[in-house]
Amino acid sequence: MSTPRYYQPEIETMSIDEMKALQSEKLVKQVRHIYDNVPYYRAKMERKGVTPDDIHGIEDLHKLPFITKDDLRDQYPKGFLAVPQSECVRIQSTSGTTGRRVVAFYTQHDVDLWEDCCARAIMAVGGTNEDVCQVAYGYGLFTGGPGLNGGSHKVGCLTLPMSSGNTERQIQFMMDLEASILCCTPSYAAYLGESLKERGYKPEDNKLKAGIFGAEPWTEEMRRDIEKSLGIKAYDIYGLTEISGPGVSFECEAQAGMHINEDHFLPEIIDPDTEEVLPEGEKGELVFTCLDKEAFPMVRYRTRDICVLTREKCSCGRTLIRMRKPMGRSDDMLIIRGVNVFPSQIETVLLQEGYAPNYLIEVDRVNNTDTLDIYVELTEDQFSDTVKAVTAAEKALAGAIKTMLGINPAVHLVAPKTIARSEGKAVRVKDKRKLHD
Amino acid sequence: MALKQISVFVANQTGSLEKLVNILAEAGVDMRAMSIADTQEFGIMRMIVKGNTKACEALRNAGYLVNVSHVTAVEIPDEPGGLAKVVSILASHGVNIEYTYAFMTRSHGKACVVFRVEDNEAAESILAQNGIDTLSHLVAEDAPL
Repeated sequence: MSTPRYYQPEIETMSIDEMKALQSEKLVKQVRHIYDNVPYYRAKMERKGVTPDDIHGIEDLHKLPFITKDDLRDQYPKGFLAVPQSECVRIQSTSGTTGRRVVAFYTQHDVDLWEDCCARAIMAVGGTNEDVCQVAYGYGLFTGGPGLNGGSHKVGCLTLPMSSGNTERQIQFMMDLEASILCCTPSYAAYLGESLKERGYKPEDNKLKAGIFGAEPWTEEMRRDIEKSLGIKAYDIYGLTEISGPGVSFECEAQAGMHINEDHFLPEIIDPDTEEVLPEGEKGELVFTCLDKEAFPMVRYRTRDICVLTREKCSCGRTLIRMRKPMGRSDDMLIIRGVNVFPSQIETVLLQEGYAPNYLIEVDRVNNTDTLDIYVELTEDQFSDTVKAVTAAEKALAGAIKTMLGINPAVHLVAPKTIARSEGKAVRVKDKRKLHD
Repeated sequence: MALKQISVFVANQTGSLEKLVNILAEAGVDMRAMSIADTQEFGIMRMIVKGNTKACEALRNAGYLVNVSHVTAVEIPDEPGGLAKVVSILASHGVNIEYTYAFMTRSHGKACVVFRVEDNEAAESILAQNGIDTLSHLVAEDAPL
């Protein structure tokens, strides 16, 4: 690859001391902002006996209370809105629904800093204004499409706002408009690779040089497969709606962990059980503090992603701290086809539809696409003498689950008492994917 | 009066049928007719038995899902074209047959066939008008076939 290029070199290559000073300055302001404008968080601070006057810099961060997904659920939809709504220009939302859905608000400033982060990610994979950037993440409430779309504009790429799906059209635009950078989920990238092959294209027939793939876990093996099938370099990107969206961290040409945009999102690693902050290099739960977001300023937000941070020097020249690809979760959330799924959501649907809350969720990855199978015990109410009544019940339940999760499961109704009863901690999920190296 | 049919949900795996029929045998249930609808994952065993109450009770006690529904049964001549004649009558009157199966026993050169239709009464009156006897009176609870 040619000389590394940065979107905001003054930030991306800043000395660590300067970065810490910048973070401290921003943190002091941010804590004041959330204390003054989010009564819920102010009460949390008061319960902990801490005021904004106690926060002089990042060394005081540990004094502040955490924000969890439960807090966000509790305060849905506007409890964490920290500016008058008239100052907001956008919302984005997580894929989860009822109760689990998080609505994040953005001012224009918040959108800008998020898009800056995505622009850094695009330039880190060699993107310039000569590039044609095909954005095949979903557009809409999901942050994937809007985030990379904005970043692509900022870099000056010709942006193809494809959104997800419609493979035929993706391939046509990829070939006809000579896309050089592809942004989508890794499983969709793998699928596009297979689809191109099926249509007789060789990896060298496309003009792609790089791909920015995220929103779901993927392995090094999958990276190699994608790189081979599309003839590109494949880069990881990380983010979450609560913090902004994709671009919280991104991979550079070194492909050795993701640089966190720590001038905006201050990371910590904690022990998920004791909530103690762990030293650099130790494995624990990743926590982020948004340093300068206005509308939805998360402070010490627990991501539940298990991860490791490193300040080791990177060959790309960026000084931004790096995180390893998340190695798991500290809760029961599953990421299936890029969608966040909690077993409790499935349980809610079962109860609504008149089933017992006895179920087994089986997740696998077949041909680089996630599969979701749900085994549920049939009840006499749903059973009659015909096969079609059982398959209709399966379909109806699958439909109700799809409405809840946004993804289509295969529902299997099974005989009563064939799913192991929970004794103590129920084993409701069998994740057969090998997602972590 | 249509005939009572018992349907049981069974997993499609080795040994399921054995377990099921043993429970019926132990309960002393006499099976008159049966059929199994199978899919890749499950089967539905349907049967006409002598002793519906004890059959249902034994199956439910063993944890099975049991459904009791009604079907129409007819006696047809045990000869080529016997079934065709009955099915044609039902078809010409717009009666949709969901499924059909035969009794295990035969007598006096007659075969017995079960039809699962939407409306048993309608099917039976159509068959009666066409001179075909339905069998309901013969398999009443604990009555000899």
